[in-house]
Amino acid sequence: MTDIPNSFNLDGEPIPFEPGQTILQAALNSGHFIPHLCAHPEFKPHGSCKLCIVVVNDRTGASCTMKALPGLEVQSDTPDLNHRRRTLLQMLFVEGNHFCPGCEKSGNCQLQALAYDLEMFNDHFTHFFQPREVDASHPDFFLDRNRCIMCELCVRASRDLDGKTVFGLAGRGRDLHLVVNSASGKLGDSAFAKTDRAARVCPVGAILPKEVGFAKPIGERKYDETPISQLAFTCDWEG
Amino acid sequence: MTETSETTDSILAPIIAHYGGDPGNLLQILRDAQEALDWLSPETQGAVARRLDIPVTRVAAVVRFYTHLYDTPRGKYRVLFSHNITDRMAGSPALMAHMLKRLKLKRGVVSDDGLVSVGKTSCTGMCDQGPALLVNNRAITRLTPRRIDEICDLIRARAPLANWPAHYFRVEDNIERADMLLGSAYAPGEALRAAIACGPTGMMAEMRKSNLRGRGGAGFTTAVKWEACRDAKGDERYIVCNADEGEPGTFKDRVLMQSFSERVFEGMAIAGYVTGARKGFVYLRGEYSYLRAPLEAKLSEMRRNRLLGMSICGVPGFDFDIVIHMGAGAYVCGEETALIESLEGKPGLPRIRPPFPVICGYNNQPTVVNNVETLCKVTEVAIHGGLAYAGTGTRQSAGTKIISVSGDVERPGLYEYPFGVRVSQVLDDAGAYDAVAVQISGAAGQCLTPQEFGRRIAFEDVPTSGSFMVFGNTRDLFEAALNYSHFFEHESCGFCTPCRVGTALVARIMEKIHSGHGARYEFNELTRLHQLISTSSHCGLGATATNALQDIMTKFPTVFDRRLIKRDFEPGFDLDAALARAREVSNRDDANAHLAEGVDA
Ligand SMILES: Cc1cc2nc3c(=O)[nH]c(=O)nc-3n(C[C@H](O)[C@H](O)[C@H](O)COP(=O)(O)O)c2cc1C
Ligand code: SF4
Ligand code: SF4
Ligand code: FES
Repeated sequence: MTDIPNSFNLDGEPIPFEPGQTILQAALNSGHFIPHLCAHPEFKPHGSCKLCIVVVNDRTGASCTMKALPGLEVQSDTPDLNHRRRTLLQMLFVEGNHFCPGCEKSGNCQLQALAYDLEMFNDHFTHFFQPREVDASHPDFFLDRNRCIMCELCVRASRDLDGKTVFGLAGRGRDLHLVVNSASGKLGDSAFAKTDRAARVCPVGAILPKEVGFAKPIGERKYDETPISQLAFTCDWEG
Repeated sequence: MTETSETTDSILAPIIAHYGGDPGNLLQILRDAQEALDWLSPETQGAVARRLDIPVTRVAAVVRFYTHLYDTPRGKYRVLFSHNITDRMAGSPALMAHMLKRLKLKRGVVSDDGLVSVGKTSCTGMCDQGPALLVNNRAITRLTPRRIDEICDLIRARAPLANWPAHYFRVEDNIERADMLLGSAYAPGEALRAAIACGPTGMMAEMRKSNLRGRGGAGFTTAVKWEACRDAKGDERYIVCNADEGEPGTFKDRVLMQSFSERVFEGMAIAGYVTGARKGFVYLRGEYSYLRAPLEAKLSEMRRNRLLGMSICGVPGFDFDIVIHMGAGAYVCGEETALIESLEGKPGLPRIRPPFPVICGYNNQPTVVNNVETLCKVTEVAIHGGLAYAGTGTRQSAGTKIISVSGDVERPGLYEYPFGVRVSQVLDDAGAYDAVAVQISGAAGQCLTPQEFGRRIAFEDVPTSGSFMVFGNTRDLFEAALNYSHFFEHESCGFCTPCRVGTALVARIMEKIHSGHGARYEFNELTRLHQLISTSSHCGLGATATNALQDIMTKFPTVFDRRLIKRDFEPGFDLDAALARAREVSNRDDANAHLAEGVDA
């Protein structure tokens, strides 16, 4: 236990926090990385991907939804938790259809970057190979649901920042998928615009601008240069 | 926007008006719309969205979440066989095959003339009188091949459901052992008047003394919940009765709602009296739609008798009324925060906790969620006092508990005992003569071996929400484990990664083993997945989804060993049993003389 008020221990190191902050926020603010996918500083926590799991006083929880409290003993960078995170990443990879070598987001993708960072060397499980719809109806952007990880960042961005509610998730269980708010269900018929915050929030390559192709070669992109664990909370799309 | 046909509009308008045009009633609106239109076409969804002034994505999210709402045509007659393991043990797969053959249908595919479709659904809560099915949300029990033939004829003749023989739809109570709750006489208003005599603070004190704990599964102390709600900041408070009863093998809440509903409603009103809530909801699972009309009638009767409404029992300021909300096929909606989302007309996705519902529940106001049985027990505390109530049962588990017994027993039905009753006693009373396993507390609970039949039903030993499924010695527990894995894959809400993907992976691995292609590797994978899903999931569904599977894997090793390949055996031939003679000759019966034990882990 630490005696410093408004501080908790993360893997043995004291982390200061402001009241109301989550464990993840406090950790990132003080330069400590906890893997995460669905959390983003501009939006309310969602708590769905579970990459940010930590063990607090013997209980597992999502650090993006748990409030920081004085004196907590938080474990994050442990072999067991990293093993669980690797398995969660493998689950996301086999659930969707991720062909990284041909993906424009490669090198800028948080899913891929975390997989490198956590040394996920293979997909381990049998692929689901679920058919997922691609939507190229919008003049500026296309939607490739094959890569969607259901983080709801675009949903939150469009609803809370753009005030448009272009996106939503529908379905239950494995049927869960991204839906677009327009009569035809197509992005091109929706209120979506390339200037929307929702256009630049997707952590993977599911919402991508058209007419941009490998301007920067794979291998020289953001997470190719610097591991994601050193670039916390940067996820804007870069061409 | 697509134009809606005039007929659709003329059907939707009164439904939406009935629900005050409130998007919070979206689920209720869609249920009623489907009742009238048979399915929810994109046009219907668009029209509902327009009339409620909400994004069509929100409508789609609700339609796609609830299994019993359809965005593709499923026919005028939508038949769903209960897929619970007890229905299957009672012969449901053969009956479904029979019906499919007679109607010349494939499962889940609507007939060419658009008349009928036949599919499966999760446990319908008729385990003591199965096999059962639902036709357009109405339950038909005690199915036989003959009854299936009759149903096929009625469907072909396009006979309206109202003209089908009434006895098809009869649902029995099957109370086999009654105690404090099921066996006591009841005078309407007695409990309410007793609570009023104590006053709100006095009644809360009785609740505390009673040590009443919730019957929905978690066993939380009811008084603590009520106090937290009473003391929380809020403009309104709400009492929610959780009648979702989705746990496979549980049907006691169905009987309580059918034959003891005034106690449930009085319990809710007392909760309102003590906490200051003025409005209550009953969240009734869609499978129990047949109960809705009688429950509405009961509510009206209670209002007439001033047991609900304004100035209850003539006490000025004691106002409390109850609204019934229907579910539409989603087990996760039994989880209290998912239930609240569903009450608000949304998909039933569990919320982040804390804050707990007692602080921030329905419409972000303090809300008590209690199980049906818990609310009945409240009337006992009011009538007999907290101390008397605490006098039965065990130290940590006061009072009696109703157990829903089904499976391989002579007398399936409800058994009410003081807490602390041994599993073996329940088995004896129900006439289970060859039990080799008991699945307690449903697919999310534990699977007990005969060595454990001496254990007691109580929060401190074997806790249960009430489900008690018995497996006789001819049963293959692998079938049960496979059934549970399909149940959780189907019922996972999909919100969080470990449960959404994990339950699907578990089901796939189980199918692989089932088809004879699983090896020790698959077995180990199941253990690994259990460790991840049970510890990393967002809500109780994921946390418990692999419990029973893990129990069967560890406590009944032969169940899996028999199925795994690279073991020297012939299908249908028990190698270990065949060695009995060898053991006899060598005079050995230790662990190493059994195949099941010496397995490399
Ligand atoms: C997946 C899941 C399903 C549940 N289903 C039910 C249910 O059908 N009925 C119920 O009363 N409680 C159910 N619960 C428990 C509720 O969340 C809640 O604890 C309970 O309704 C509280 O009532 P009590 O305190 O009276 O037990 C479920 C919990 C989970 C995690
Ligand atoms: S499209 Fe991208 S941002 Fe939206 S839910 Fe899918 S992964 Fe998340
Ligand atoms: S554990 Fe399962 S049911 Fe619960 S939130 Fe996660 S996906 Fe949904
Ligand atoms: S980042 Fe916490 S659950 Fe996704």
